Amino acid sequence: MAALTTHSTDHKTNTALLTFKQFGCTRDSRVLFEGIDFDIYAGDVVQVEGPNGTGKTTLLRALTRLLPDYEGEILWRGKTLSHAHYDFLSQLLFIGHLPGIKKTLTPRENLAFLSSLNGTSTLSDIDDALAQVGLYGYEDMPCYQLSAGQNRRIALARLYLTKALVWVLDEPYTAVDVAGIKKLEALFEYHAKQGGCVILTSHQPPNIRDLKHLSLTDYSGGDSSSASVIEGAYDE
Amino acid sequence: MSNSQSLSATLLSVFRRDLVIAFRQRSDMLNPIVFFLMVVTMMPLGISPQASTLAQLAPGLLWVIALLACLLSLDGLFRTDYDDGTLEQLILSPQPLYFIVIIKALVHWLTTGLPLTLVAPLLGVLLALPSDGFIPLWLSLLLGTLTLSFVGAIGAALTVSLRKGGLLLSLIIMPLYVPVLIFGASTVRSAVEGIPYTGALAVLGMFCALALMLAPLAIVGALKMSVQE
Repeated sequence: MAALTTHSTDHKTNTALLTFKQFGCTRDSRVLFEGIDFDIYAGDVVQVEGPNGTGKTTLLRALTRLLPDYEGEILWRGKTLSHAHYDFLSQLLFIGHLPGIKKTLTPRENLAFLSSLNGTSTLSDIDDALAQVGLYGYEDMPCYQLSAGQNRRIALARLYLTKALVWVLDEPYTAVDVAGIKKLEALFEYHAKQGGCVILTSHQPPNIRDLKHLSLTDYSGGDSSSASVIEGAYDE
Repeated sequence: MSNSQSLSATLLSVFRRDLVIAFRQRSDMLNPIVFFLMVVTMMPLGISPQASTLAQLAPGLLWVIALLACLLSLDGLFRTDYDDGTLEQLILSPQPLYFIVIIKALVHWLTTGLPLTLVAPLLGVLLALPSDGFIPLWLSLLLGTLTLSFVGAIGAALTVSLRKGGLLLSLIIMPLYVPVLIFGASTVRSAVEGIPYTGALAVLGMFCALALMLAPLAIVGALKMSVQE
């Protein structure tokens, strides 16, 4: 325990992995959030919080640059994201609402494809990862025969395969059972201990040591009501 | 692992996966060919079974029907990848999307345009195409359908985020298909009339080269825009 604390403080003296500077997003002339200043260090597990519609998913999508129009800046190891794009993407694992699982393929094929997008994995690694998420024996079954939870688990099995530092997970607990959630949380803690970081959204409070919170209600458009419409908030 | 090695590994796995998916959903793949076959077999019934009449119409008919068959298959090109989130994962891959979309368009051609090209001479027989026209028909469709796949992919990428993009897709893509149709059909017609056809074929080759290089740029831009919705 003591060793772990020193470990994470060690990292905190270094530059942050990710830095948000006056970060904000406006969608359809509605300010979702603005003025976020936040640092994410190696060893952090960050939960992005807020009620429905406050822009949690938007924040994650802006961070991965799937959504390129945001205000302010995001720095990756001190460099602007657009200048360090390749470096950032090769260290990123994003699992969104739609996990990218093709129903006509088997779990093994799906995982082999998804992991090949960023590095490669051997077949035995893939089978190990599937066993970790409790899909042992289902490797060669087409995914349309599996349940929603099982399909979700295929996507989450990527976490056991990836070498990426930054995990960005949008509602990773959806359709996962209690035991599965426990196992995921242990994995997040382990990944943080290895010097990575996890950024996730969730409506149930994760049971993770040293969890950092980024509450979007603190930054919602200068107005406490999350549905406030502010016209002309663009600078363009 | 070096960069170029992992790029080729990624491209190979995209290629393999798309082919596997196409073969597991054979009905989608067969749809354009069956359409092509049906329309061509109905032509003699609708117009005239006389060989001389058909022979005159054959080059244009074969090309128009092949083009429509291609159009039929375009909507699905990025649709499922968009619906299940694969598209986001492709965009977030550190490997350049430019090459990934080239592979995807190429697989689309291999599973629709190429089979069309292969059955076309057979259908030429049904439409009493004179024997001089077979090789030019085959060559022009080979180059032409490849162009159609790449140009069509632009429209598919632009309309992928729309729930009902089918009509819009046709409207966007049709004008871009017209030059290919003109030179494709005239290649076959010239050959049938005994005029040298290599000129028209060269123009088709140029279209094809241009589409291979430039269309992926437009597709990448359109896809990145589509996932922002």
